[in-house]
Amino acid sequence: MSLLSIKNLSVTFGTGENPFRAVDRLSYDVNAGEVLGIVGESGSGKSVSSLALMGLIDFPGKVSADELAFEGKKLLAMKEKERRKITGDEIAMIFQDPMTALNPCFTVGNQIMEAIAVHQGGSKKERKAKAIELLRQVGIPAPETRISAYPHQLSGGMSQRVMIAMAIACDPKLLIADEPTTALDVTIQAQIIDLLLELQRKKNMGLILITHDLALVAEAADRVVVMYAGQVVESGPAEEVFHNPSHPYTEALMKSLPESSEGKDRLDALPGVVPGANDRPNGCLLNPRCPYATDQCRAQEPELTEQGNRSVRCFFPLTNREDAA
Amino acid sequence: MSVQESKTIMQGTHLKQHYEVSQGFFKPKGLVKAVDGVSFTVQAGKTLAIVGESGCGKSTLARQLTMIETPTEGELSFEGSNLLTLSAEEKRKARQRIQIIFQNPYGSLNPRKKIGHILEEPLKINSDMSAAERKERALYLLEKVGLKTEHYDRYPHMFSGGQRQRIAIARGLMMNPKVVVADEPVSALDVSVQAQVLNLMMDLQQELDLAYVFISHDLSVVEHIADEVMVMYLGLVVEQGPAEKIFANPQHPYTRALLSSTPRIDPEHRIEKIRLEGELPSPLNPPSGCAFHGRCPYANERCKGERPQLLETPNGTLARCYGVEEDRLDYLQAVLA
Repeated sequence: MSLLSIKNLSVTFGTGENPFRAVDRLSYDVNAGEVLGIVGESGSGKSVSSLALMGLIDFPGKVSADELAFEGKKLLAMKEKERRKITGDEIAMIFQDPMTALNPCFTVGNQIMEAIAVHQGGSKKERKAKAIELLRQVGIPAPETRISAYPHQLSGGMSQRVMIAMAIACDPKLLIADEPTTALDVTIQAQIIDLLLELQRKKNMGLILITHDLALVAEAADRVVVMYAGQVVESGPAEEVFHNPSHPYTEALMKSLPESSEGKDRLDALPGVVPGANDRPNGCLLNPRCPYATDQCRAQEPELTEQGNRSVRCFFPLTNREDAA
Repeated sequence: MSVQESKTIMQGTHLKQHYEVSQGFFKPKGLVKAVDGVSFTVQAGKTLAIVGESGCGKSTLARQLTMIETPTEGELSFEGSNLLTLSAEEKRKARQRIQIIFQNPYGSLNPRKKIGHILEEPLKINSDMSAAERKERALYLLEKVGLKTEHYDRYPHMFSGGQRQRIAIARGLMMNPKVVVADEPVSALDVSVQAQVLNLMMDLQQELDLAYVFISHDLSVVEHIADEVMVMYLGLVVEQGPAEKIFANPQHPYTRALLSSTPRIDPEHRIEKIRLEGELPSPLNPPSGCAFHGRCPYANERCKGERPQLLETPNGTLARCYGVEEDRLDYLQAVLA
């Protein structure tokens, strides 16, 4: 049984006849000890889907799913109180900007100890000892003194380490990292990703790594889900997806990276932008930007279809074409 | 590229920017050396990239080049004249030829002004063109950067990030500059849009013979666009030279660490990782000797005591490192073997 299983998760905002689907029938599984990468541009719904998972979508947002199960327990059917026992304890999340995710009015020790107090309890002394141990685990030098530091006294990389310490405080089985390194410099990014992967391996956690950086996912993830305008367009083992993309969008993303255009003057840019709330096209959502679009793509919406261990949402997957050719 | 004769359009010599910082009422003032002796040349129609992490002084350098900030020391010349000794009127003229594009297109466009107004403002201040001529020029540049003429009457909030950055580029080009300083122009954009804007910048460079000073922390972008690269660390240049040489065979351990930390899709492009420990030290209290020694896996006693000079390397670049001078860096020896 997989650790987390999501089937047809949708998040909609707005009422009336045509609510906006920020996330549209998203499905994926995460197993224990697996790193799942979710990539997509801004507005693709990757963050909203993880917020929905954590139960952080407030009215007027609506979350619905055929299945949203953590270790077989149905999260949507639970009472708020029960669900809170799982989120933060067994499922933890790291947010994008550590500088704003930490409360500036409390010391970092205080904030880590709060997470422990809520889920595990223990005397203040025990909690403090645990917090110091956690700070040591995430590689913060001199944790005994840093525990009484306020967030503004820490650099971005250090704050992100504190966020990670807080997230792993209760030994979660699943860790969701939403753009954990976007606000950081490359050398610090490398440190943080190394740390996350090391912790993930040591604790055999499931890790969902949400990012817009394809190369980062290619280096870190076992499996990858590519999202576009709220939908999954392609998923599968990271190596296969990146070396042999099946969906035109994945291919275009890869081509638009400067890395792929070595020696060329121009980058292969995908024209246009991700459609917003009010201008989603009919048919396949990518069709106005897709170089392969046909009349069928403009009229009908393709379904996500499985092909072995990969899935793709396209009438004419690129991998099939190459087989035929 | 060296075959073509290129013309130096801008030159900086030993530029320094020091700031006094108050550390408390009774304490002596601290000195932050944001830029500490940087020399470079910008060739007409070419791109000089400045690379480094936050706090390395790359944005301060950009402010010096655009004359927002007056260097504490050093010389800065543009088209043969020393920018620092010009009269106010001449400075005003020179400023028109050096323009800047900022990182965040959401912050750099005034939300209360229409695009037309934003584009024409530099002309209003600096030229005696008539309203019709100004509008003509604005419409011309809107088309040039891939926008439509009907966008002239719209407000910035009606545009996406990529479109706004195009507007910012168009505004930078209104005065027909020779040098455009681009401070992280694509780092706020999505990958597919980033590629569009980079293409646009390269097209404009060819067409208008622009020189770019391209500031970025993203090495894969720099590799694509740059002719010359300058890697900075804590206000100092640690490595400088032609882009191909630096990317093919980085000499300084910091350059190598930056390159190896940049994630790559293709496993063949990945080089053995040099993981740096710790973070950028405080510029108020920089380490003795080589500023990088605290994080450098190759540092020895000499690195801790003396500051290395920027010297020519066998690779044909300039590097500031005793390890390179003494030829004791294992990755460089591995290349030779």
